[in-house]
Amino acid sequence: MITFEHVTKRYGDAVAVDDISLVIPSRETVMLVGPSGCGKTTTMKMINRLIEPTSGVIAIDGVDTRGRDVVELRRSIGYVIQQVGLFPHLTVAENVATVMRLEGWERARVRARVGELLELVGMPESEFGDRLPGELSGGQRQRVGVARALGVDPLMLLMDEPFGAIDPVTRERLQDELIALRRVVGKTIVFVTHDIDEAIKLGDRVALYTPDGRIAQYATPAELLGRPASPYVESFLGRGRLVRRLGLIRLGEVDLEPAGGARPEVTVEIGATLRDALDGVLRAAGGRVGVTDGERLAGVLDAEGIRRAASTPARGEGGG
Amino acid sequence: MINLPRPGLGRLLVTPLLVAAGLAALYLYVSLTPARLGDAFVVNQRFILSRLVQHLQIVGISFALAAAIAVPLGVLLAQTGPALRAPVFLVANLGQAVPSIGILALGLTFFGIGTRGPILALVVYAVLPILRNTIVGLDGVDPGVVEAARGIGMTRLQTLFRVQLPLASPVLFAGLRVALVLVVGTATLANFIGGGGLGDLIAAGSVDRPHPLWVGAGIVSALALMLDWGLGLIERAVTPRT
Repeated sequence: MITFEHVTKRYGDAVAVDDISLVIPSRETVMLVGPSGCGKTTTMKMINRLIEPTSGVIAIDGVDTRGRDVVELRRSIGYVIQQVGLFPHLTVAENVATVMRLEGWERARVRARVGELLELVGMPESEFGDRLPGELSGGQRQRVGVARALGVDPLMLLMDEPFGAIDPVTRERLQDELIALRRVVGKTIVFVTHDIDEAIKLGDRVALYTPDGRIAQYATPAELLGRPASPYVESFLGRGRLVRRLGLIRLGEVDLEPAGGARPEVTVEIGATLRDALDGVLRAAGGRVGVTDGERLAGVLDAEGIRRAASTPARGEGGG
Repeated sequence: MINLPRPGLGRLLVTPLLVAAGLAALYLYVSLTPARLGDAFVVNQRFILSRLVQHLQIVGISFALAAAIAVPLGVLLAQTGPALRAPVFLVANLGQAVPSIGILALGLTFFGIGTRGPILALVVYAVLPILRNTIVGLDGVDPGVVEAARGIGMTRLQTLFRVQLPLASPVLFAGLRVALVLVVGTATLANFIGGGGLGDLIAAGSVDRPHPLWVGAGIVSALALMLDWGLGLIERAVTPRT
């Protein structure tokens, strides 16, 4: 768990980060999002003390980071930055091995771990281990960057716009890979991006920054889309926020109408989202879909039911 | 980052072959044309060998001193802003701008006759190219890579030796090679203040006494080319491919 208590960073008269308090729970992915120059990257770099706060306290699991040795602190936190971050003069395998070597791991252990990590990010060592970063595509470099950050199995990952300079198709794939990877490795991830769609797709929580270094709203993606805290947040989210929200809400979280009468011709699984249900409603002649839980018909939904579910906070989102 | 072309293996053989051909031509010229009276006093194996050894000593010591001063100074200055760099460069530029013969005279007044005067002059002369290229090379390293190194937990020294210097090495070596060639050539001026070296041979020659002139100049050129070549080999071994 990472906590920010009234953290401010000033450069002379300019305020980069303005009195931020934030709790980043363990094993969650928190997205810091906002326009450029809003302080999101500064916030992240204060966690591994690449930047020191002007005032306030940043603590990891209750321990003030200022009390820790800065090199030891950084080695305990994986760090992924835009593709420039790989060492251009070291091979893929050497890049991934960097932190392990700094920590003085034995050769055999390093080799085994490097192979394991490159396998994990889909870049088998036999094929890519000896290549230089300059010989890789942007997406491949990013995968190597993630493997390097996971090197000594840190509990936390900081990711600074890792997919920023990558074409949209590859970016989408890397995002999906990150979601899959997260299930395997279970890290606390702080992820900086300027792309609100990326934030909504990847985040368990999203901290949306104002241009002057404050947090406008800190909430789950569904809550952010459902109940933006201010007109600024709403405008930052862009058009169609409720439509986008449909894809975030599982039917299991929605109040269904009791099933009665004939079984609807179109059915969706209870694990699907409101978006899938809406698709079914548009296809069904009767304008209703059945929601199935295995073989059992759990309930039905029509357009009005979807509308209600989409515009009110989902269960467990702390309504009111 | 600044990328300089990497010497290929084939090109590595060119220099020694050319130098060998040049020395062979020189030998033929000296043995086939008549020697003037007195040439034999200087154009003989013992004299040439002793001056070559002196020359190498002067070059070796002054180049080593210049590198030992300029590289660490460059590393330090690369961390600072222009405020500190400006005065240092002013002094270093002065070392280049003042005619070497002037500094030589200065060396003479400090140390008297001998090799120490020329060594001082050559160090002053060689510092600038090494210093400038060390700083330019380090400045050229992608700041993102340096920050990544710090961010994943390298200490300052680890970042310097594992990331910054390897990436700056092509530019840094270019400076060292320029300085080395400068020093080899300029060391011939040591003769002016009794410093010895191959300059003695050149000074013994004249328009109507061409043998010592050609032999001296020829050997100095061959020396410069071969030392530059040798440093190139070291650069090849040290510089990582990117």
